[in-house]
Amino acid sequence: MNDVIDLREAVVTLGKFPALTGVTLKVTQGEIVTVCGPNGAGKSTLLNLCAGLLPVREGSAYVLGENLRENRRAIRQDIGLLGHKSGLYDDLTVEENVTFWGSMVRAGNDEIAEAIKFMGLDGRLRKVLVRQLSAGQRRRASFASLVVQRPSLWLLDEPHAALDTDGRDLVDGLIQEAAASGATVLLVSHAPKELSSPSGRFVTLAGGRVTSDINNEGSGDGVS
Amino acid sequence: MEFRDAWSIALKDLRIELRSRILMNQIAPYTLLIVVLFGFALDANTQTLRDTGPGLFWVAVLLIALLAIQRAVKIEEDDAARERMLLTPVHSPSVFLGKSIALFIQLFALEILLFFVMLALFDLSVEDPLLIFLSAVLATIGIASSGTLYGVIAAGVGVRETLLPILLLPVIAPIAIGATRAFGDSFGRVDADGWAWLGLLSVFAVVYTVLGMLAYGQLVEDA
Repeated sequence: MNDVIDLREAVVTLGKFPALTGVTLKVTQGEIVTVCGPNGAGKSTLLNLCAGLLPVREGSAYVLGENLRENRRAIRQDIGLLGHKSGLYDDLTVEENVTFWGSMVRAGNDEIAEAIKFMGLDGRLRKVLVRQLSAGQRRRASFASLVVQRPSLWLLDEPHAALDTDGRDLVDGLIQEAAASGATVLLVSHAPKELSSPSGRFVTLAGGRVTSDINNEGSGDGVS
Repeated sequence: MEFRDAWSIALKDLRIELRSRILMNQIAPYTLLIVVLFGFALDANTQTLRDTGPGLFWVAVLLIALLAIQRAVKIEEDDAARERMLLTPVHSPSVFLGKSIALFIQLFALEILLFFVMLALFDLSVEDPLLIFLSAVLATIGIASSGTLYGVIAAGVGVRETLLPILLLPVIAPIAIGATRAFGDSFGRVDADGWAWLGLLSVFAVVYTVLGMLAYGQLVEDA
């Protein structure tokens, strides 16, 4: 299998603060990896690094075969990033938001309608302004606009946040479907044990470094 | 660069403005308030108002442009939409053009409102409507382009509200001066060649638009 993410001693600074102090991580195509760790461990920074949104100061970083130290922009259109914020416009409806983001990634009308339906936002919710949605519905809308993008690498920061049980199951199903179709998923969580996580591998970050890397069967490396 | 993307972005911004009604319910009344206050400040002296009308018009446009630009930046910042746009195949010149087109349409609509209010209140008569129209179009293109560009610069620093006027006003001052002279000639209030000033406005419009298309992508990266 191809390495979709290959980081070696990657250092990322936010201003002068070293948010990642030397991360080494390999993720192969089709894997679902959960990154966990305490607040400030560098989880969200790791996702932004893999999305090509942050420069690598030291070490090496290859994502989707591209060297991020040379060209961070080349991979971006193959990345689906769901951060703490949803990237939606409050004064547009769910349908208008998904259609807009769909048009930006050249998705067809059928794909847009399908994404809305898949996330359970068809019917009444389709025409509701995003500002009027609950936090969970907003999260679903954000996922719908991500689904139309058909990314090769999904980077999800707390994907289950604000979702009810049905929503969590839906997102887990979506993640597993994406991985089955060849996409790779890196998801971040504060509390992976609370999740009905579809992940096959758990990586722990602390102080900007990987401190453990364990697969679902319990084997793996503890990294000091 | 695809113009289709730019147009989609412009339509999205205009739809958001129509939906939020900030332009109609807040910025438009502010525009009218400025004109009325100018009238009071100049003691409702019709002759003085006629002479200073073109300059007052463009000072008012600069003030409302600052509000409209900040609003255009804010809708991309509120929920990290600008960051999300970086993860699409859309080229940055298309994003810049889309944002600038939307800003141009909003500003031009406000200028039409302001123009007719000033005609009525200041008792102005137009001698060269074509010069008025063309100078307004070119000046607004320059303001919208430079505003979109400087809006993203100010957003990156994180003190947008206070920094934007300091950065932008010196840059668009030549546009305001040129447009004032062209308007003054159109109203028959100054002895100036308005068409020559129109040439200057077209240079600014082209320069700021090209500069914006070239620099916007890098500025968004740094924001």
